[in-house]
Amino acid sequence: MVFHLDKCIGCHTCSVACKNVWTDREGTDYMWWNNVETKPGTGFPTKWEDQESYKGGWKTDGEKLELRSTSKKKIIPNIFHNPSQPSLDDYYEPWTYNYDELFNAPEGDDQPVARPISMITGEPMEIEAGPNWDDDLGGSEVYAANDPNLDVLSDEQQQQMKAIERMVMFYLPRICNHCLNPSCVAACPSGAMYKRGEDGIVLINQDRCRAWRSCISACPYKKTYYNWSTGKSEKCILCFPRLEAGEAPACFHSCVGRIRYLGNVLYDADRIKEAALRPDDELVEAQRDTILDPHDPAVIAAAQASGIPDGVIESAQKSPVYRFAKEWKLGLPLHVEYRTFPMLFYVPPLLPVMSISDGDIVRSDVDELFAEVEKARAPIEYLGKLFSAGNVGKVRYALRKQLAVRIWRRHVTVGDVAEEMAKKALAEADCTPEQADEIYRLSALATWDDRFVIPPFQREMAMEMMTDPHEHRASAGFGSREEPRRS
Amino acid sequence: MNDFIMFGVLPYVVATVFLIVTILRYRTKAFSYSSLSSQFLENQQHFWGSVPFHYGILVVLLGHTLGFLMPEMILSWNAAPLRLMLLEVTGIAFAVLTLVGLANIVLRRLTRPLMREVTTLGDWVVYLLLLVQVLTGIGVAVFHGWGSSWFATNLTPWLWSLVKLSPDVTYVAPLPFLVKLHITNAFLLVGFFPFTRLVHILVVPNPYLWRRTQVVIWNWDRSRLRDVD
Repeated sequence: MVFHLDKCIGCHTCSVACKNVWTDREGTDYMWWNNVETKPGTGFPTKWEDQESYKGGWKTDGEKLELRSTSKKKIIPNIFHNPSQPSLDDYYEPWTYNYDELFNAPEGDDQPVARPISMITGEPMEIEAGPNWDDDLGGSEVYAANDPNLDVLSDEQQQQMKAIERMVMFYLPRICNHCLNPSCVAACPSGAMYKRGEDGIVLINQDRCRAWRSCISACPYKKTYYNWSTGKSEKCILCFPRLEAGEAPACFHSCVGRIRYLGNVLYDADRIKEAALRPDDELVEAQRDTILDPHDPAVIAAAQASGIPDGVIESAQKSPVYRFAKEWKLGLPLHVEYRTFPMLFYVPPLLPVMSISDGDIVRSDVDELFAEVEKARAPIEYLGKLFSAGNVGKVRYALRKQLAVRIWRRHVTVGDVAEEMAKKALAEADCTPEQADEIYRLSALATWDDRFVIPPFQREMAMEMMTDPHEHRASAGFGSREEPRRS
Repeated sequence: MNDFIMFGVLPYVVATVFLIVTILRYRTKAFSYSSLSSQFLENQQHFWGSVPFHYGILVVLLGHTLGFLMPEMILSWNAAPLRLMLLEVTGIAFAVLTLVGLANIVLRRLTRPLMREVTTLGDWVVYLLLLVQVLTGIGVAVFHGWGSSWFATNLTPWLWSLVKLSPDVTYVAPLPFLVKLHITNAFLLVGFFPFTRLVHILVVPNPYLWRRTQVVIWNWDRSRLRDVD
């Protein structure tokens, strides 16, 4: 998966599409498998990136990899009360409004109002927080100032980001990252969580989940949620029923800015553990190294030998994810220092440049070629903290390349940039005119088929299809075999 | 006659219900096997309820099990008065710990509106039975002291007679009312067990400790896939 943040307009269409399809049931009402956060900001649940309190992800001393929350050793004393589990207060109490009141209120002196009603108790309630409470409040002292990522900036830099003419924000859409080294799966005491071999989707077997809640604290992205009604954890399923039918997931399909790309990659699972032990600043590269070149004959042969169908290999060769994350090095993992190796790569956003007050005129200082990267309003350290575990070189590379593509396309389409200037920009950004055109095409012009390369799922070959269909004839249907209710 | 029904027949009825219903429930309603944690809705009092209750009842149950499995060892330990005192006091301490936890659990469910939404009739049955069980247990320990010894001499042989399918209720018949209530209530708990959330005890996650860290499941039979090509 790739999310191109430079194109995200923060419309929340993805969130609503997901909500309507998957989480409009009792118990899931507070969940947002897909949400869009404003950065700088505290996110959802509040300050989810603060692993000092949430204890998500892995930690390592360079030799051993251990869960920060309930490792095998720590599960026994902590199973009765999970010390790092977020509670409803960290999310919000879901509510609706008693709209009936607007129509049914008796005639009176006052205009009838629809009061907020708790979706849990059904009683009137005060709204104190919501799923997107700090939307667009990038410079806020109350919200954005609590963003855990701001720690890497100096006080001066932080103050600058709050000044009204230098304020900056961008949107960060988040879904489950379907990680290569998922800490939620590793933490599940019941073994109910698993990664699907075919496509890497991380799922929770609802029949085997026993509500030990370990996945919720173990996931550093807080993308497993506890269904308070059924007593089971639930999470983003990447719309696998849609994928298996060749459709894009609901959030991908509905994305207005067309920022989302989907495709499979071939990777070497044996390299994951070793990669996860590397120091923070090498993690982006270490994860990239696990992804293999699907055009390499040796890789193709190895994939075939391990039983990967040709259709899946062909999809990997066309995958936009491979191009963004590996070939062009534009896609970066969110908080790779959690060492789960998220398989959702973000193309970092080009942010507005610092304005300079020149007498009465406020102007942008863009004399230098890559001034927009170096003098962006959001210090590059901030993006580095989000997308490259502090290794700002990786972010700078992605931003400069994007900018070089813009300069090149400006030369091609408008023509007010000299060719040698544009070529110099490309060369400095480690890019060729051909590659720049490809990046431009996949970023700006991509059609449905370019953005979503869905491998054939071979449903006819699935295990359950191997059993005799007559055995189940007239006895089973689709979907859950029992009503998901507590008894 | 009453004694025979209570201590010679009820245990078998209860054991049969327990076995049949737990297995049936697991096979047909696997989804319902959950600890139904409510920590998500309330995080503070949960600690003072769940933690003391579980640790307390685990130690108390361990004590009962030891008395059942190795009565001679308990009796020889109890031969010295000081050691007997130590065992009895430990038992009472953990029983009180259980009671404190249980009280917090019940109060939490009673007083918090969010909690009431996720509390079912089955939960209340369990809490009532557990309260009776813990209170009678503490009562027995206080009013009919040295239970660790007479458990080993009277109840262990009776329990073994049940296991051997030749119930001998003469061991239980002379015991005081409070003890009999404690025993009968315990069997009621076992009888209600398969119908309530108590089934989570049967699915404690022990394989976790020795399974592989990551779980990957393939839906495809990959060897067949390649053969097809």
